[in-house]
Amino acid sequence: MRWPWQQLREAGIVGMNARNGHYIARYNERRLYPLVDDKLQTKRLAVEAGISVPELYGTLYTEHDVRALESLLAPHPNFVIKPAHGAGGEGIVVVRGRQGQDYLRASGAPITLGALSHHVSNILSGMFSLGGLPDQAMIEYCVDFDPVFAPITHHGVPDIRTLVFRGVPVCAMVRLPTRESDGKANLHQGAVGAGIDLHSGRTVGGVHHNYPVSHHPDTGAVLADFPIPHWPRLLELAARCYELAPLGYLGVDVVLDRRYGPLVLELNARPGLSIQLANGRGIGPVLQRVAALPQIPEDPLDRIRITVPDFDAARAAAEAPGAQVDAELAREFYF
Amino acid sequence: MRLPAVAWLAAALCIVAAAMIYAKVAWVGLPLKPDATSAVWTVEARASFYAQGNVKARLALPSNPPGFEVLDEDFVVRDFGLAEELDGGQRYALLSARRVAGPQALYYRLSVNPDDTPGSAREAFPGYPKVPDYPELFQPAIDTLLKDVRGRSADIASFARQLILRLNTSSDPAVQLLRDEATTPEARARQVVDILAGARIPARVVHGLELRHGVLEGRLKPWLEVHNEQQWLAFNPETGDMGRPENFLVWQVRPGRLLTVENGESADLRFSVRRAEPRAVDLARQLDSPLAKLSLLGLPLHVQNVYTVLLMVPFGALLVVLLRNVVGIRTFGTFMPVLIALAFRETELLWGCVLFTGVVAVGLALRFWLEHLKLLLVPRLAAVLVLVILLMLLLSIASHRMGFERGLSVALFPMVILAMTIERMSIVWEEHGPQDAIVQGLGSLAVAATAFIVMSQPLLQHVVSLFPEVLLILLAATLLLGRYTGYRLSEYWRFRSVWMGKG
Repeated sequence: MRWPWQQLREAGIVGMNARNGHYIARYNERRLYPLVDDKLQTKRLAVEAGISVPELYGTLYTEHDVRALESLLAPHPNFVIKPAHGAGGEGIVVVRGRQGQDYLRASGAPITLGALSHHVSNILSGMFSLGGLPDQAMIEYCVDFDPVFAPITHHGVPDIRTLVFRGVPVCAMVRLPTRESDGKANLHQGAVGAGIDLHSGRTVGGVHHNYPVSHHPDTGAVLADFPIPHWPRLLELAARCYELAPLGYLGVDVVLDRRYGPLVLELNARPGLSIQLANGRGIGPVLQRVAALPQIPEDPLDRIRITVPDFDAARAAAEAPGAQVDAELAREFYF
Repeated sequence: MRLPAVAWLAAALCIVAAAMIYAKVAWVGLPLKPDATSAVWTVEARASFYAQGNVKARLALPSNPPGFEVLDEDFVVRDFGLAEELDGGQRYALLSARRVAGPQALYYRLSVNPDDTPGSAREAFPGYPKVPDYPELFQPAIDTLLKDVRGRSADIASFARQLILRLNTSSDPAVQLLRDEATTPEARARQVVDILAGARIPARVVHGLELRHGVLEGRLKPWLEVHNEQQWLAFNPETGDMGRPENFLVWQVRPGRLLTVENGESADLRFSVRRAEPRAVDLARQLDSPLAKLSLLGLPLHVQNVYTVLLMVPFGALLVVLLRNVVGIRTFGTFMPVLIALAFRETELLWGCVLFTGVVAVGLALRFWLEHLKLLLVPRLAAVLVLVILLMLLLSIASHRMGFERGLSVALFPMVILAMTIERMSIVWEEHGPQDAIVQGLGSLAVAATAFIVMSQPLLQHVVSLFPEVLLILLAATLLLGRYTGYRLSEYWRFRSVWMGKG
């Protein structure tokens, strides 16, 4: 008879107390939190560091700026308006195209310039920011989602969450919206998480409501062994985010754009623990291994090599024209 | 294995606390367990006024209260001269001082012991009262009432009982007129005395204090007494039931004001009540040991009562730490459940839970309706607060109408806490869905209920009021829990797929 806690410990599962006590409290400095909470600042830092993010078309700071909205939007048929301190996807308006004088929302409903201006005013007044503090409105490139995930997702926007510890990517999953999650990629709301093998960039089965699943609940597609495109670039992007916000325990959310490839959407200073279930193994051992390193290499590629020793081979294979990731590299983990 | 610094600190705290407790028990003799067999009630009357010039104050004092044995009484009056006076069975303390100015506070402290032996001595018969001249408007109603009651009663006790019953329940419009004349319990009782005088039965209104542990601002309650030519019989002026409420300490038997002050303004009288150990009270009187002073016993009674509540808060806090970090129950806010538990003290557990759930549910509905107006955070919180207070008022009115006195205690529910709970719950509802919001709401309620149960343990209250250093042990436990990085109980469920089915 083995006790549950022995089994959890052997599986390397990190609990909430351990995450907070050993990792977040020790490696995440409080003063750095504003860097990731303010999306405008994150973006500015990312651009400076040369990390690809959705292009910022403009920022509106004051009520006065709202008058310039039309001229700002003129060159862009598609764009997204979002609050810099928004939470939970509140206050985001996606526009795809025009209809005469009006703009067309992603849903197909037209919206007038007046209504858009009013929405921006609401953002500025702090309606969507936590704490109701005055906020800024960001207007940015509207991500043209790579349809690659279409077979294994139900509407909405899948994103790839990578856990980066001391700048080393240690774990990753792709979050697939479901009908239940209403297009949102949040596991709490019922999205499916599919773990990704760091070596091969292939999915390794999934988790739905904290329980392992092998098929997407809506589409019925098999979740395992799905190759994530641009995987080496994606890893590199995630590892480099440590340079713009030196938070030791960091969640990096990336989306795949049809034209630009992986773009960093958001950083998270308190990433959750479900990523362990999605991968079918705990992150304890790898976190301990990285924590024990006396020094962390400066070069992001060297950092990746700590957890993915054959990274160079994988990159070479991915960049070879028409190359397929070798299926042999996919080490799958089942329970 | 090397112990972390926090473990040493916790051990040191425990050793200090244990040493202090041991010293108090072994050398001073403070009891570790409450003595359930005999209780001593300590009542403190605090008279305060604003003095200007030569002040004379007269304070009514109890004398031989029925059902109690007076153990001890004393005054803390500082510069005031003290004399006692007996006036028609009522004892008064006369306090005087020359040329004083500014706010004054005088304390009278009384220790009594419940004494069940019935007072068999005949009590002086006050004589038959004169028949009063009733106002013309009421004369016919009183006449028929008295005639009616006389026909239905055998003796003075049943006469008084019938009279009160008929006065309070009769649907005769003339009696209703009488009833409308007297609206307060005080006026009711006086009215009964007045009508009984019409039958030449001597009666009086007495004022007494209901002894309940921890009362901070007690008020005297009017009660009716009727003399049957042998002794005074007590009646409930509202229901006509014979007898006194439990632990009713008769304070004043003569009409007139409890406290009169010459050359003083804004006179006020407040009562605090505390149930204590006989031995602890003895010790408090001696207070020669500096160790005994390190307990609540040396403080004024009303301050002791406040600290009995405050000293229990850390137990609630420790419980929250345990339930959140070791069990993994999710709650709104960190210590909000403790504050809710404190509010339960006024309402009792079951009613507290019902009221909390009701007010939060309706408040939440109103909050969602407010959502349409797109208000900013602070005005929205203020609006929710206003709605919560109105809701509580409605609840009190409705429950009072239905004769449900418990509903009145809702007024003491901290409405700011309710408003904050509603606001947080609605945010969680919006961002994480109704399931999370309800889980966290129930979690908060469960933690609050558990905290209330723990915080109202008499043994814990006793121990912490005599040995406040117990809190050092509590602090040690909190420090150690602060370093607990193991799994939470809820995580065994969350990560069940990892260990279940592998045996």
